[in-house]
Amino acid sequence: MKKYMIIDGERIEFTDEKNILAVIRKAGIILPTFCYYSDLSIYGACRMCVVEDQWGGIIASCSTPPKDGMEIRTNTPQLYYHRKRILELLLAAHCRDCTTCEKNGKCKLQELATRFGIPGVRFENTNPIRPIDTSSKAIVRNPNKCILCGDCVRVCSEIQHVGAIDFAHRGSKMEISTAFGRDIADTNCVSCGQCAAVCPTGAITIKRDSHDVWEAIHNPDKRVVVQIAPAVRVAIGEAYGYEPGENTIGKLVASLRKLGVDAIFDTSVGADLTIMEESEELLEALEEKDRKYPLFTSCCPGWIRFVETQYPHMMKYVSTSKSPMEMFGAVIKEYYRKQDKKEGKETVSVAIMPCTAKKFEASREEFKRKGVPDVDYVLTSAEVITMLQEIGIRFDRLEPEAYDMPFSIYSGAGVIFGATGGVTEAAVRRVIADKSPKALKEIEFIGVRGMEGVKVCQFALGERQIRIGIVSGLGNADNLLQKIESGEEHFDFVEVMACPGGCVAGAGQPFARSTEKRMRAEGLYKNDKALQIKRSEENPLVETLYGDLLKNREHELLHVDYMHESD
Amino acid sequence: MEKKDQKVLDEILESHGCSQTAVIGIMQDIQKVYRYLPEEMLCYMAEKLHLSEAKVYGVATFYENFSLEPKGKYVIKICDGTACHVRQSTAILTEIRSLLGVTEEKPTTEDMMFTVETVSCLGACGLAPVCTVNDVVHPAMTPEKARALIQELKEGLGAGEEAADEN
Repeated sequence: MKKYMIIDGERIEFTDEKNILAVIRKAGIILPTFCYYSDLSIYGACRMCVVEDQWGGIIASCSTPPKDGMEIRTNTPQLYYHRKRILELLLAAHCRDCTTCEKNGKCKLQELATRFGIPGVRFENTNPIRPIDTSSKAIVRNPNKCILCGDCVRVCSEIQHVGAIDFAHRGSKMEISTAFGRDIADTNCVSCGQCAAVCPTGAITIKRDSHDVWEAIHNPDKRVVVQIAPAVRVAIGEAYGYEPGENTIGKLVASLRKLGVDAIFDTSVGADLTIMEESEELLEALEEKDRKYPLFTSCCPGWIRFVETQYPHMMKYVSTSKSPMEMFGAVIKEYYRKQDKKEGKETVSVAIMPCTAKKFEASREEFKRKGVPDVDYVLTSAEVITMLQEIGIRFDRLEPEAYDMPFSIYSGAGVIFGATGGVTEAAVRRVIADKSPKALKEIEFIGVRGMEGVKVCQFALGERQIRIGIVSGLGNADNLLQKIESGEEHFDFVEVMACPGGCVAGAGQPFARSTEKRMRAEGLYKNDKALQIKRSEENPLVETLYGDLLKNREHELLHVDYMHESD
Repeated sequence: MEKKDQKVLDEILESHGCSQTAVIGIMQDIQKVYRYLPEEMLCYMAEKLHLSEAKVYGVATFYENFSLEPKGKYVIKICDGTACHVRQSTAILTEIRSLLGVTEEKPTTEDMMFTVETVSCLGACGLAPVCTVNDVVHPAMTPEKARALIQELKEGLGAGEEAADEN
């Protein structure tokens, strides 16, 4: 039997919607919300989504399940009054330096203030001004802009199982705080930036490095060399009206040339190197007779930090291969070393990433050689969009351009790194003996693709069945690790990406919901399909590098010892 | 954290079955022993209960009764509930604070002997105005009686310490 609700006098059918907010959306009414995210648990704190029932009672639509025959109104004088007052009070306790705010134009509080036409705020802000926490390389916390919706707290604990921040104190003194009010950099924060991605205001934003990059670009003695991560190409166009997943790399390269950088390469080359090293490690791990735990991937810096802080004893099972960005960073610095000396220049290595944790990774001591980092600055996709806007580049009108030589050849295996399961698929392409197109196609169907948070797949390697776990989202990784430790699950190889959906869904990308994230991943697979080279080992550049620049230096340039630092 | 403190904490955790739902009870027991919640103990209990440190900190700061600051040997609570307030509890509070040289922001004396706090109601309105010293109720207080009480405590303290020295 069909179930109906009556919304503003109109019958609306519903099925399995978990709250009346979703049913109301079905009726074509978008109620204002601050604290509601369908991926997170329901909190019901902001009270913006209130509706009136048939007896005049006021209920929060996000936290009320629909019932057959239920009658509610979304537009009454009472609701109008309440919503406006709530918004006015939120604004009263909020710093209102909108024009210079990082979130200017993207702020939900600003958007709702516009929607409601709040003409002025009658109340004084009685909150003391609290210090801004800039200790993290990835995020900036400004408690003066916090509206206590708790989205950051829930994404950090529910999705990521990190719990670096939570509510502290109570009543008018309540705030989002780290344990004991420590600097965020001194906590178990993994720098994944998911808190900044869900924050409706400017209370948590992504740290900007574009100012330093501008300085390097403007300095004639500096050679600015850029690498672009795979996931960036399928998201950055969204800021210019392109569909999520549309590959706009050519336009991005053209824009960056206009920006004034000296050379532009693709991080997929680094990903090809990663696959060469990591698959070698995998084959070695498979040889180990009494190896208890799988080989874990090491490309994701958020995941590395998660293991370091929560599973330090598992660090020795994590691949020692550097991430594609760091491998390529080392190659870039080495490649230009002689030329720099001759020309009296200094190479500044910049990485454009979908990721905030990469900012943290680039700053780690392990990735500095003689005190100099292999990657000097990391810019997120969103930062690059801002930089292009600063100089007024019309991204959509530019003719696509190609990468610079010599690092312009990469495989499809490198490109798919940006989606969850991509690293695994690339590794499987490398290790299986059958290199026929049919075998390549078969790999697609062992269960590596798709946006599910946990995937398990299996393939035959010689006589042996190799069991692989693929997880994205650190909460899923945490659950899987517990199962592995308890012996409930056994894997030979486990790929982990900290952000749900993989790098395409990184916190450095333009804001996206699950549909856009899926479209971006599909975009990467489409890009892979269009490339002639499918496997990392088939990339002629890889062979050249191993025979020349990397010769006898593989360990120094391509591997990292995290353990050493923690000793 | 020292070994003996860890042992105390382990026992407390054990007595609550190391259960996440017993966070408040565990904190109460810690505070009973140490008169406050030491940071390293909260971190240790977070680890044992598989809770984030931030969550444990959130619980500890939510309740007025938990203190993250060490408290003096004598915790003096002056009731400022309605009944006590109308019977001049403020004068008693001012007197005690000035005698001990403490303030609202800095409620504990340098020598860690006294902590002065206000509470909203001790449930002894018939005896108003009241204060408690380590949970012993002192009824119908006046500033004079407060002075005498502090004097008495200070003397007792001296005697107690001498006795301790002799041992």
